[in-house]
Formats: sequence, structure tokens, C-alpha cells
Amino acid sequence: MGVTLTILSVIVLIPLSAVAIKSAGLGFDGFLAAAFSERALRAYQLSFGASLVAAVVNGLFGALTAWALVRYEFPGKAVINAVVDLPFALPTAVAGIALASLYAPTGWVGAKLAMVGIKAAYNPVGVVIALTFIGLPFVVRTLEPVLRDLAADVEEAAASLGAGRLSIIGRVILPALAPAWLTGFAMAFARGVGEYGSVIFIAGNMPFKSEIAPLLIIIQLEQYQYGAAATIAVVMLGVSFLMLLVINAIQAWARRFV
Amino acid sequence: MTAPVTRNARRATEDPLWIRVLVLGVVLVFLAAVLILPLGAVFAEALRKGAGAALAAVSTPDALAAVKLTLLTAAIAVPFNALFGLCASWAVAKHDFPGKALLITLIDLPFSVSPVVAGLIYVLVFGAQGWFGETLLDHDVKIIFAVPGIVLATVFVTFPFVARELIPLMQEQGSDEEQAAVSMGAGGLTTFWRVTTPNIRWGLLYGVLLCNARAMGEFGAVSVVSGHIRGLTNTMPLHVEILYNEYDFVGAFAVAALLCLLAIVTLVLKSILEIVQPQVHAANHVRPGAPH
Repeated sequence: MGVTLTILSVIVLIPLSAVAIKSAGLGFDGFLAAAFSERALRAYQLSFGASLVAAVVNGLFGALTAWALVRYEFPGKAVINAVVDLPFALPTAVAGIALASLYAPTGWVGAKLAMVGIKAAYNPVGVVIALTFIGLPFVVRTLEPVLRDLAADVEEAAASLGAGRLSIIGRVILPALAPAWLTGFAMAFARGVGEYGSVIFIAGNMPFKSEIAPLLIIIQLEQYQYGAAATIAVVMLGVSFLMLLVINAIQAWARRFV
Repeated sequence: MTAPVTRNARRATEDPLWIRVLVLGVVLVFLAAVLILPLGAVFAEALRKGAGAALAAVSTPDALAAVKLTLLTAAIAVPFNALFGLCASWAVAKHDFPGKALLITLIDLPFSVSPVVAGLIYVLVFGAQGWFGETLLDHDVKIIFAVPGIVLATVFVTFPFVARELIPLMQEQGSDEEQAAVSMGAGGLTTFWRVTTPNIRWGLLYGVLLCNARAMGEFGAVSVVSGHIRGLTNTMPLHVEILYNEYDFVGAFAVAALLCLLAIVTLVLKSILEIVQPQVHAANHVRPGAPH
């Protein structure tokens, strides 16, 4: 118990307090100037916006993937099941260069997209692609156990009472999935906001255009602007803390219905 | 009367063939675009100039130094976090105290912190301008832009893996068996090694596996504290970045391919563990950043 608390404090809590103290050193006006400069605002906008879009994409395709994994039998299912966890096991830098080489205008997929006029790398679209990669398993793995527990007899009961397939999906399956879906969505979003390694290779990193917030922290740090770096970190920590609260609230709300 | 109901019920839980084909098709195309093609691209790019060029790229002195540093970092960070995970889950699951929920949240905290912020906090504490910067300078101890900083940052980002694997597992098992052992005269340590450890070894292995994958692959946090000194403070993912930014694509993808192999081995072992011990998997409740 004592050991646990000591290690936790030394490794996590005391260093984390350093960002708050460092950014407080700028004073109130200095904090506001660093936290909400034009460049920082654009970076938040991109980080949060791209994470949101990626989370929506994952919410859709992740749900289909979870459905296929739970309900269907098909050859190669075990492999597909393992591959879904790839973003957890693959180093983010490797994912970054792989996605960049694939979706760049000269890459396998990028070249085909370029022919139809879509630019998929070195712009915000690239950021969304990287964050989709990172967030996918969160949605699939939160939905899977709920789908598995969703007893088939409820659907059978609904059908025997005369409900059609569409109304079963709309009235029985979707409401049961909603809390897990929201949780997975929020987790994919939260992970995307802080993600760095997989994004920087495909983003292009143009200030005001395709520069994510974590990258801006590194840039400030390289220019010895420790206060400004810490301030952006405080804003991001605040948002992650908020996300943590939201996720816990969703889970608490979901438990009331189980 | 029963026949139509049965048919109806069958239809209710089973999608028609065309929907199954459609859903599966969409899923496979999506997974191919997002997961499988990138994995293939790494190996294809690495072997673009033949296996010889790829092998040469991973056996340069700088690449070998990066491999060594990555192994060293994991060799320190993983056992450290495994021990901490054991202590923490023991404290949380077998004892009652006020503020328990808060403690669990705090242990999970590193998962919801951006890796870049994780690196930044150590620069602020141990860097030249940091809290202990001058003291460290006086004693000629280097933490930031040196190996200790890399290890610290890695410990931070992999901090919760083992603990959050073991806490639900230990809570589920309760402390009845331990109480029985103690009442029969076993000491604290004997109880721990003979009763508790055998019950949690699969969960421990699972946590260590994921912890190791993240420790070897961490990029953002390590990138902030490393200083990118070739041959000295470059881990494998950082080496990939340097080679890539120098347009040495074969080199970058060759080192990346090594890391891909690590990821594939991790996934295979993870699948095996899930087959051997399904309840380890079932005990997981996904939380932010927590691999399932």
C-alpha cells in the first residue's frame, strides 16, 4: 500500500503537477496568451475536429466489424479478430510511416485517390486517416462483449410478436448497444486528441493548417518556450480529464439499465 | 402454428445472405484499407531493394545501438511495472480503505495523458531548466537527453498495463483463499507466492505482454526526452523517424519491419493466451487507452 502510493506519486503525480506549476508561472494573462494564441487555437481545432471525425468513422465501421465478428462465421475470422488489435501492438511511428507511404500521392492507395481528385495525405484528411487507425479497436472491443451478451431470445421474442428485422434493429439492438457505443466512441476520441506518433508523418505539419496540438507542444519545447509548452499541455490535460469524467458518467448511466 | 414462428425466429436472429455478404465485404475493405495494407506496405517498402539492402540497414551500428537501447528500456520498464502492478492490485483488491476508487483512477491516469505531455513533465522536472536541473548538473547526473529519461518516460506510458489487468482479476477472486491460508498458519509472503500468484499468472502474463509491446514501441514520450543522439539515445522507433526524415526509406522500413514482427508476435501470443485462458480476456473492462 505504502509502496504503491510512493511509486504512484514519484512517477505520475509529482511530475504531472509540474506542468500546472510551470504554466502558472506565466501569470494569468501570460497563460491566456499562450493557451489561446491563434496558432494554438488552430491546433486544438484540428486535433479535436479530426479526432471527432475519426471517432464517427470508427463508430460506424467499428460497429459493423463487431457485428460481423460476433454474429457471422467466415473463414479467416480468427485472423481478422487478431488484426483488429494491431493498433494496440504496432508502434505508432511504424503506423505513421506505413500510412504515409500508402496514402501519399505516390502510394498504392493515394495514387488511386488522387485520380478522383482526393488528396489523402499531408493535410487534415491524413490526420483523420491516422486517427481512424489508432481508434478502431476501442470501438470494436467495447461493443463486442455487449453484442455477445445480447441474448438472441430477446430478438426472437420481438420477432414472434411480429416485429420486422428493421424494427428489431432499431428498437431492440440499437438501444442496448447505445451506452457501449458511446463509451467506445469517447475512448477513440480521447485517444485521438493526444496521439502524436502516427499522425506527424502523414499530417504535413503546416502551422495553422495541419499542425496538431501535441506537435505544437514539441515545437514550443524545441524553442525553449517551456511555459507555453506546459500551458498547452494543461489545456489538453483538462480536456482528457473531462473526457474521463464523461466516459465514467456514460458507464455509470449504462449500469443503471443492466 | 409452430412452424411459421420458428421460421420467423430464425430469420429474426440471422441476417439474410445478401446482408451478411454486404456487411462482411464492407468490413473487410475497411480493415484492409486501415490495418492490413499498411502492414503489408512496411514489408514491401523494406524489401524494395531486396532482402540484402534491408538486412544491411538493420545491421548498421546505429541500428544495432537502437535495438539494444530498446531492449534495455523494456528490460527495466516492464519488470518495474509488473512489480508495481502486483503491489497495486494486491493493495486495491485484498484490502479496504477510503479513496480506493480514486486510487484506481489515478493508476489509470497515464492512459489518458498524451504521450507528448508524458515526456514534457519529465523535462520540466529533470531538464536543465527544471526543478532538479541544477542539482543534477552539479552532480553530473544526466536524466533528460539520456537513457534514464527514456526509461522514466517509458515507465510512465506503460504504467497501468499490468495493474489494470490484475485488479479486476484479483477482485473477482476475493480474499477467501488467502484468509484460509493465513488461518492455517501461512505467513504473508508464503500466502502471496503459494496462493495469490498461481491464481493470477495468466493475467500477469497478459499484462506483461501488452506492457512490453508498448514499451518497445513508444514514440511520442520518448521522442521528447531523448534528444535524438544517434547510437546513444535513439530507440528503434526514433531511429525509424530519423531514417525516414533523411529519405532513407529502405532503412526506415527495414527497422519498422522488425517492429512489425514484434507486433505480430505480440498478437499471436495474445490470441493464444485468450484461447488458453478465456476468463483473463473476460475480466477486462475496457477503459481509456487500455488495450483489451
